[in-house]
Amino acid sequence: MSGFLKSSIGKKIAMALSAFFLMVFLLQHFAINILSIINPDTFNEVSHFMGTNPLVQFVLQPILIFGVVFHFVMGFVLEYKNHTSRSVSYAKNNGNANSTWMSRNMIYSGFAILAFVVLHFIDFWFPELNTKYLIGDMSGMHNGEFRYYHELVEKFHNPLRVGAYVVAFIFLALHLLHGFNSAFQSVGANNKYTNSLKGFGKAYATLVPLGFIIIALFHYFNNTH
Amino acid sequence: MNLTLQIWRQKNANTEGKIVEYPIQDISPDMSFLEMLDVLNMKLISNGDSPVAFDHDCREGICGSCSLYINGEAHGPDRLVTTCQLHMRKFKDGDTIFIEPFRANAFPVIKDLIVDRSAFDRIQHSGGFISVNTSGNTQDGNSIPIPKQDADEAMDAATCIGCGACVATCKNSSAMLFVGAKVSQYALLPQGQVEATERVQNMVAQMDLEGFGNCTNTGACEVECPKGISLENIARMNRELIKASLKS
Repeated sequence: MSGFLKSSIGKKIAMALSAFFLMVFLLQHFAINILSIINPDTFNEVSHFMGTNPLVQFVLQPILIFGVVFHFVMGFVLEYKNHTSRSVSYAKNNGNANSTWMSRNMIYSGFAILAFVVLHFIDFWFPELNTKYLIGDMSGMHNGEFRYYHELVEKFHNPLRVGAYVVAFIFLALHLLHGFNSAFQSVGANNKYTNSLKGFGKAYATLVPLGFIIIALFHYFNNTH
Repeated sequence: MNLTLQIWRQKNANTEGKIVEYPIQDISPDMSFLEMLDVLNMKLISNGDSPVAFDHDCREGICGSCSLYINGEAHGPDRLVTTCQLHMRKFKDGDTIFIEPFRANAFPVIKDLIVDRSAFDRIQHSGGFISVNTSGNTQDGNSIPIPKQDADEAMDAATCIGCGACVATCKNSSAMLFVGAKVSQYALLPQGQVEATERVQNMVAQMDLEGFGNCTNTGACEVECPKGISLENIARMNRELIKASLKS
């Protein structure tokens, strides 16, 4: 089994498995965030549950962090290996004739997403850790009411932040447009369902990032103007 | 047709190469691409210059010898053909055509447009075969029932001619379409089951050892493959490797 994980295909399958995990996480994150538009009270309650539940905080969260770090590190390791497999480049290369821009530039969309993840951690995750585990305030309350919705709205007052979020989610959509189906191919799932899955993958890759963009724009326009 | 050729010239494996421009006139649209290069070489020889070295053998699209990266695509702009089956009618009068060797560190240039593709041979030697005892009571292959679909898919995989277009066109120089095809042609047949575990493990290990890059599923190899080898073969190889790893 150790030989499997050392092989090029083993690494590729590990990338795909971490991608599946991150895509499920993304959908769950979206399902919670959209509540901030539909019903702020429910959003507060679910946020409080996710922020204080020991299973989520001390089991799922570390797995998520591992998944994110693994996907990025392995992505860069594989990109480096692939890049060094051809020392002399072609004088003329017509990549558009046989593949999509998205599929050839996963590393760049990945870099953009990594930059966004850093911004997102500074914005939300680090202050949350500070409040809960350094200050020790696990109540989730501020001035007698849940703080989560107000904190979210507060963040999206800044047009620069909203702009950065929109750009980042466009890159996420580009990444997923190739990545979703690529992950299935990597684990060996190429069969009679593949064409249908491609359609579903395109829908997921477009609608989920678009939903996040709508949430950011909604709070910007709804609370600023 | 009058054309301007931009051709990679490299004296040998140890020297640096460069693109050299060659104008060429009066090329018939009915010529094959290799015939056009023959005309160029005749001209170079008569001028006392060194002819452009390029691989070729059958010139019928079945041996996999001819290679060439033409105007940014393996085997040129046409689909499902090798360079010997590419005709000059695919180009326009006055065109500039870039002609380069298949590029990958695992395919080092020997001279001009000829590259060493023996890495593929070593991958084949590591497991791309079945061990058949032919001394005496060998069972007739036709007596083993095989579902039509499996036989067809195995045959499709076996049409891979090992030309290396998949490696040349892949942005990662990955050989997974080639190895996927060679693993698949046996994985689909009963005769291939006995050595299935060792085959996929050894072939993938040899592929990695040769220095090919990793597949990122761009699908470029499938588009440029002159034999239309499908990405399904890479997926099957991945499944075979998972199965083999669980078994061993």
